[in-house]
Amino acid sequence: MEKKPFSMHVDVDSFIPATEEEKAYMVQMRESSTFFRDGMKRLLKNKVATVSLIIIIVITLSSIFIPIFWPYTYEQQLGVVPGKEVDNTYLNLKPFQYGETEQKRIEAGEKVFPHLFGTDSSGRDYFIRTVYGTRISLAVGFFASIIVLIIGMVIGSIAGYCGGAVDLIIMRIVDIIYSLPDMLMIILLASVLRQSGFDQVIAGTALEKIGSNIISLFIVFGILYWVSMARLIRGQLLSLREQEYVLASRAAGAKGGWIIRKHLLPNSISVIIISTALQIPNAIFTESFLSFLGLGVDAPMPSLGQLASDAINGQSTYPYRLIIPAVVISLIVLSLNLFGDGLRDAFDPKLRD
Amino acid sequence: MNSKTAFYIFKRILLAILTVWVVITVTFFVMHAVPGGPFLSEKAVSPAAQKALEAKYGLDKPLLEQYVTYLKDIVTKFDFGPSIKKRGRMVLEIIGDGMKTSAKLGVIAAVIAAITGIVLGAVAALRRNKFIDKVIMVITTAFVSMPSFIMGSLLLVLLTTTIRLFPANGDEPGGLVLPIITLSLYPMAYITRLTRSSMLDVLGQDYIRTAKAKGVSGPKIIFGHALKNSLIPVITYFGPMLAYIVTGSLVVEKVFSVPGIGRAFVNSITGRDYPLLMGTTIILAVLIVVMNLVSDILYKIVDPRINLE
Repeated sequence: MEKKPFSMHVDVDSFIPATEEEKAYMVQMRESSTFFRDGMKRLLKNKVATVSLIIIIVITLSSIFIPIFWPYTYEQQLGVVPGKEVDNTYLNLKPFQYGETEQKRIEAGEKVFPHLFGTDSSGRDYFIRTVYGTRISLAVGFFASIIVLIIGMVIGSIAGYCGGAVDLIIMRIVDIIYSLPDMLMIILLASVLRQSGFDQVIAGTALEKIGSNIISLFIVFGILYWVSMARLIRGQLLSLREQEYVLASRAAGAKGGWIIRKHLLPNSISVIIISTALQIPNAIFTESFLSFLGLGVDAPMPSLGQLASDAINGQSTYPYRLIIPAVVISLIVLSLNLFGDGLRDAFDPKLRD
Repeated sequence: MNSKTAFYIFKRILLAILTVWVVITVTFFVMHAVPGGPFLSEKAVSPAAQKALEAKYGLDKPLLEQYVTYLKDIVTKFDFGPSIKKRGRMVLEIIGDGMKTSAKLGVIAAVIAAITGIVLGAVAALRRNKFIDKVIMVITTAFVSMPSFIMGSLLLVLLTTTIRLFPANGDEPGGLVLPIITLSLYPMAYITRLTRSSMLDVLGQDYIRTAKAKGVSGPKIIFGHALKNSLIPVITYFGPMLAYIVTGSLVVEKVFSVPGIGRAFVNSITGRDYPLLMGTTIILAVLIVVMNLVSDILYKIVDPRINLE
């Protein structure tokens, strides 16, 4: 049938069923994306966060692997050879200088591994001390955050689940600890734990190797910093339980296990991961602060704060010994913070200020 | 002020008093849990002398009695007892001496931080995404990530050793300049970021658009409407800022050897002067708690919309 122009009649040809080919053209197949993959995609688009992540990975890997093949160790005093007098030419070497015996070996044609950052006042290779200090600082930051996470998660979920009087009491305790001046309390606890005969308690156990000072650091973190994590998790549980999609899911016949797996967990896990990630630089910061005040890790183990603190006295003669740990610690804290921000933006845009 | 606000203030004051009590109690019992007591470090103290010393400082009485006396002395007489290591001096005297320098340091740093922070934050917000905004944001991000002792030491190296602009010792004239700069950088950066984000928030509000539509001039909008309202969140930072300055001064005074309360605190840790350590902890804690209380209450009164519960 020929169609008249301007006719209002429906053109029947427009309504013939689509061929298989046409149908296939309309359907766009994309791989189904998960919550995690979506977030990673957003995260990698964020240049600042990606660069920060790369910096963190490089620093972490080098702090783990460099000590394995480096010819010097953090506690080895290069001038001290058993049975001989202390060789003072090894103390306070400038970068790429060598001690007397090393000079002789070089003249004899031997190859001597250079002291990239020189040596410190006890004749220890400063580069490996910095690497080791980075390792300690990172480890303290990481494990302190895990401890805070575990304590906070347990107490926070107890408060969130039980509600009522339990919740009330826990939250009042949280309020009080929260309003304590944290740094002062940390200094106080750290200075006391060091002297409380803690060494004997852990002697003979695996903990002894870590050193009582680091453990008292962990205890202090565990006592004081769980409160914000507990508060966060409790708040999450309380608000998520009341969400409409949870109600909708329940109305559609979902059981408790399904709701926890599909709604409560995925929605709170990102918040938990993000705040744990942002806790790490905080812990590193605090550790370096305590080390600086002389309350940090046990000698001869270095941490970045300790190295900086030791370098203060000689800063006019050896300014680089102060600047190197200072730069490393700022770099770590800065990139962890930026990465944490990126993580937050990518996985939980609701959290943005 | 309605009854709800009054109740809130009452509750906050109660919590603050409770917090101070917890600080005093924790400090007391933690310090007395140290085995051997404060005289253990002293060399060659005979048992008789040790007894005499303990009797002199009241350490031979039962712990609970000591605690009650300590608490009573603080509450009624504001007395923290004598220092153990500095013979013949009261803890309060030592703290008072240090406080003079530290207060000057802290107040000047806070004022500088607030003024520069607000100005920079407002500039960044008004020139949003322009070059100057980006510069300000990069610099403040860097400052926020740098621990105060790092900042202090770097400034020390740079300005006293390398170009010899200032004396490195806090005792000398002009010696307080660097400690003040060091202390103020972090709060300054924080206030800048706070002002910027709150200013951006305010600039997007309807009443700003209304003012613009009515033909109000640019400066009048900024100073009459935008700035005033965007400073409200900054008030909440006053408490934390003080806490930062107090803890920051611990290291800054060590780095620059300023004879303030921070140095007394650090020395009391290394010298195991327990009464002094307890006294300084408690006084600094009270200072921080009170400041937090004041800034929270001010915030509530200035902006009654805010629900702090």
